Amino acid sequence: MSLNTRKSLGLFRAMLRIRRVSEAIEAEYPENSMPTPVHLSTGQEAVSAGVCAALSPSDMVFATHRCHGPYLAKGGDLNAMMAELFGKSGGSSGGFGGSMHLVDRGAGFMGGSAIVGGNLGIATGAALASRMKGDGRVTAVFFGDGAADQGVLYESVNFAVLKKLPIIYVLENNGFSVCSKVSARQAAPSVFLKGVDKRLLKASSIDGNDAVAVLALAERAVKRARAGQGPSFMECVTYRIAGHAGPADWDVEGYRDQKELVRWKRRCPVQRLKRRLVKQGVDSDVFSRMENETAAEIGAAFDFARKSPLPDSSDLFQAT
Amino acid sequence: MEADPSVFVMGQGVDDPWAMFGTTSGLSGRFGPDRVFDTPLSEAALAGVATGAAICGLKPVYMHNRPDFLLLAMDQIANHAAKWTQMYGGRAGKVPLVVWACTGRGWGAAAQHSQALHGLFLHVPGLKVVLPSSPGDAKGLMLAALADPGPVMVFDHRDNFRLTGPVPEGPYFTPIGRGIIRRAGRHVTLAAVSSAVVMALGAAETLKEKGIEAEVVDLRSAKPLDAALVAESVRRTGRLVVMDTGYPAGGLAAELVARVAEAAFGAFLAPPLRIGIPDLSVPASPTLEAAYFPSKGGVVRAIMGLFG
Ligand SMILES: Cc1ncc(C[n+]2csc(CCOP(=O)(O)OP(=O)(O)O)c2C)c(N)n1
Repeated sequence: MSLNTRKSLGLFRAMLRIRRVSEAIEAEYPENSMPTPVHLSTGQEAVSAGVCAALSPSDMVFATHRCHGPYLAKGGDLNAMMAELFGKSGGSSGGFGGSMHLVDRGAGFMGGSAIVGGNLGIATGAALASRMKGDGRVTAVFFGDGAADQGVLYESVNFAVLKKLPIIYVLENNGFSVCSKVSARQAAPSVFLKGVDKRLLKASSIDGNDAVAVLALAERAVKRARAGQGPSFMECVTYRIAGHAGPADWDVEGYRDQKELVRWKRRCPVQRLKRRLVKQGVDSDVFSRMENETAAEIGAAFDFARKSPLPDSSDLFQAT
Repeated sequence: MEADPSVFVMGQGVDDPWAMFGTTSGLSGRFGPDRVFDTPLSEAALAGVATGAAICGLKPVYMHNRPDFLLLAMDQIANHAAKWTQMYGGRAGKVPLVVWACTGRGWGAAAQHSQALHGLFLHVPGLKVVLPSSPGDAKGLMLAALADPGPVMVFDHRDNFRLTGPVPEGPYFTPIGRGIIRRAGRHVTLAAVSSAVVMALGAAETLKEKGIEAEVVDLRSAKPLDAALVAESVRRTGRLVVMDTGYPAGGLAAELVARVAEAAFGAFLAPPLRIGIPDLSVPASPTLEAAYFPSKGGVVRAIMGLFG
């Protein structure tokens, strides 16, 4: 098996895992056993998988309310994630955080913020710390097109360019902020890239449903960061197949064209990479083995979450 | 909006199917996209935009579905909108701006989506802060906020969206800065705002069974604060319990206790009591949430404690 095929299989495994976890959450959610809002990454898996595959375990990732994908792709503990969604004490935040505040510092997943744009300055600060300590770590920060409306993005990027910080700004442009299309909020496509001085900031826009392309671009960005050449900005154009929050079939009607949704479903990043791998000669056994392993892992994580005790009211002061 | 063409509504998703939890349903269809419009996620800039429109003669209502997001707009609200009139000796115009935000809690919304921040705005000169507790006042206070020449912050509570009650037809104004006695009693004064009024009325029912008659004062606005009405009540009852939806430290409850103590110190038969949410971030897990927010049982027990 060629190096490329092996890499692509790694990407595929990461994406499949995110997708199957989302599906398991969707199936369980109506039971009310997960009393926390969930923002699924269905359709956007290639961004998390591609960027995180370019990072090493000690590198850092900051994410948003839609943090399941980056958490899992960065190697976050699935058991702890599920327990957090169940509100249990075995959760990644001990039941304090819920779905929007997953964290696994051991895996370099530094946390999700529920304030849109709230992670941009913080991630930039993490990159500053790496620069000052000379620890060689790279930071990637995931944010949405909604966050790209916020001034803090421009302020953070300016500072990162000024200080040549080892950071990658990953704009996951999924087309929506809740029900608002990008076109209702930004004057032109990729408006944040217009006027970027190429000598200062390496900025590109790519197909965010192509995991291999995301990985290739992220690898270049990581290389630049490690070489002290400063920040990169990557816009990954993708689509939110799920609704803003909750299971896909809870999505409200009337804000998006159903044909558009169908079109994007056909561009599913997971299926797309699978077709490519099949063409490259990967045997169907490999996929079914992966499916089985993933299913077993998810089953075990749900068991772990169910068995984990709920926090006790006396735990309330524990995190202070 | 029918009566006053200068009123317009802006905010993230005010025209989408969620319609700010239903608060703005039908508005965009009726008044069109010029007067009811979605905004970018740019709270800082757009709070400035709303302030600028206000000083130029329009009446913006800038809506947010959580108060947590107001912190991004704090500079424009506290340093600019609140100061504008006084800072220029009244020569720079008035700021008839309404900022609306909805306090919520539950369903694991956690630390950044469940805060009750009205106490923070109380600290800023130049702002008014109102907190309706009934459907009738939700309308009356909103109309009063729109009629007010200065910036008014309106904090609704999601729990109150389940309430039903009379809402008079046509325009009327619930005066900002005037509380109201919702239930008369002679043993203890429960002074509350927003959904805490509902809790206070429930607690008063239970206390009655125990022989304690509680007077419930709905403050309706936190700034200006009708401390005089509460002091008067405490002169009759001798006991004060402030029930707030926010944090006791340095907030509405602290302010009210101080003001009533200044006005009616000699009337106290027991130390005043503040009931709010603890000085901790809101946790996500249901068991922790349940322990975090005051329960009716806990409130009743705490009030009983004032009676030795
Ligand atoms: C500062 C702030 N304003 C508003 C919100 C409410 N809100 C939560 S998620 C969201 C949409 C964000 O869109 P985007 O950044 O594109 O991320 P996506 O949900 O599409 O992944 C909004 C408006 C918030 N959490 N924070």
